[in-house]
Amino acid sequence: MKARIHVTLKNGVLDPQGKAIEHALGNMGFDGVNEARQGKFIELELNETDRPKAEAAVDEMCRKLLANTVIENYSIELE
Amino acid sequence: MKSAVIVFPGSNCDRDMAVALEKITGTKPLMVWHQEYDFDTVDFIALPGGFSYGDYLRCGAMSARSHIMKEVIKRANDGVPTFGVCNGFQILTETGILPGALMRNANLHFVCKDVKMTVETTDSMFTNAYGAGQEITIPVAHHDGNYFADADTLDRLEGEGQVAFKYADDINGAQRRIAGILNGKGNVLGMMPHPERMIEPALGGSDGRVLFESVMNKLG
Repeated sequence: MKARIHVTLKNGVLDPQGKAIEHALGNMGFDGVNEARQGKFIELELNETDRPKAEAAVDEMCRKLLANTVIENYSIELE
Repeated sequence: MKSAVIVFPGSNCDRDMAVALEKITGTKPLMVWHQEYDFDTVDFIALPGGFSYGDYLRCGAMSARSHIMKEVIKRANDGVPTFGVCNGFQILTETGILPGALMRNANLHFVCKDVKMTVETTDSMFTNAYGAGQEITIPVAHHDGNYFADADTLDRLEGEGQVAFKYADDINGAQRRIAGILNGKGNVLGMMPHPERMIEPALGGSDGRVLFESVMNKLG
């Protein structure tokens, strides 16, 4: 089973890299981008075949390593 | 005073820290590799600066989960004085021993220069030899020193004297210009500036030496 994890900065946490991307897009003439936020995408190949068990395991991985919940949110998709 | 310096792959201030500790305490510190599970009893543990694990995932994230850190966390919770500089500070926040997180500098630049900062509390084992509100000069060299915590945490840190140092000027976007913080018990200090690089006039100043002397005052 494949797990796809998005890690994003929480609302209200300044994202200087996202800001730089936003400005660069504006400088290149791409109008209409109100905000850019940069995050991370992590893909895991799991041995687990039971969906709830896989979800619980990946959630624990996110809390313990993949995301820093002081500043980041995460979301998990299983396939 | 017996001390230990924890060494991770990618640490690069471990030897600066070892030189400072040996010069000031008179005893060569133990150098402990991150794959160890245990080390001799020491009076002081230092987590040095550097770019451990190439800053993969987040600065300090990998090191915080290494074998040796389980033992360091246990000892820090038992009250052993523990001192993290730069990457060491990032590692301490990643373990949760210290609150908050260190994010990319707000202006995205790597900042490498001597900075002025103020001593916010002298009521700690790391700062007792400084004067209250004293302005000191210590070098910084980091890309991710932008201290972040939620407003409640910041209020608590300020209210309970857990902010040890603040930058005189905003150099990296850190909330309330925080440069270094203590844990609640006061036995753990994390800071972005490098006092171990400012221990004698030949290095440009001695303001960092006072931090180690403060610890010596307490531990002998």
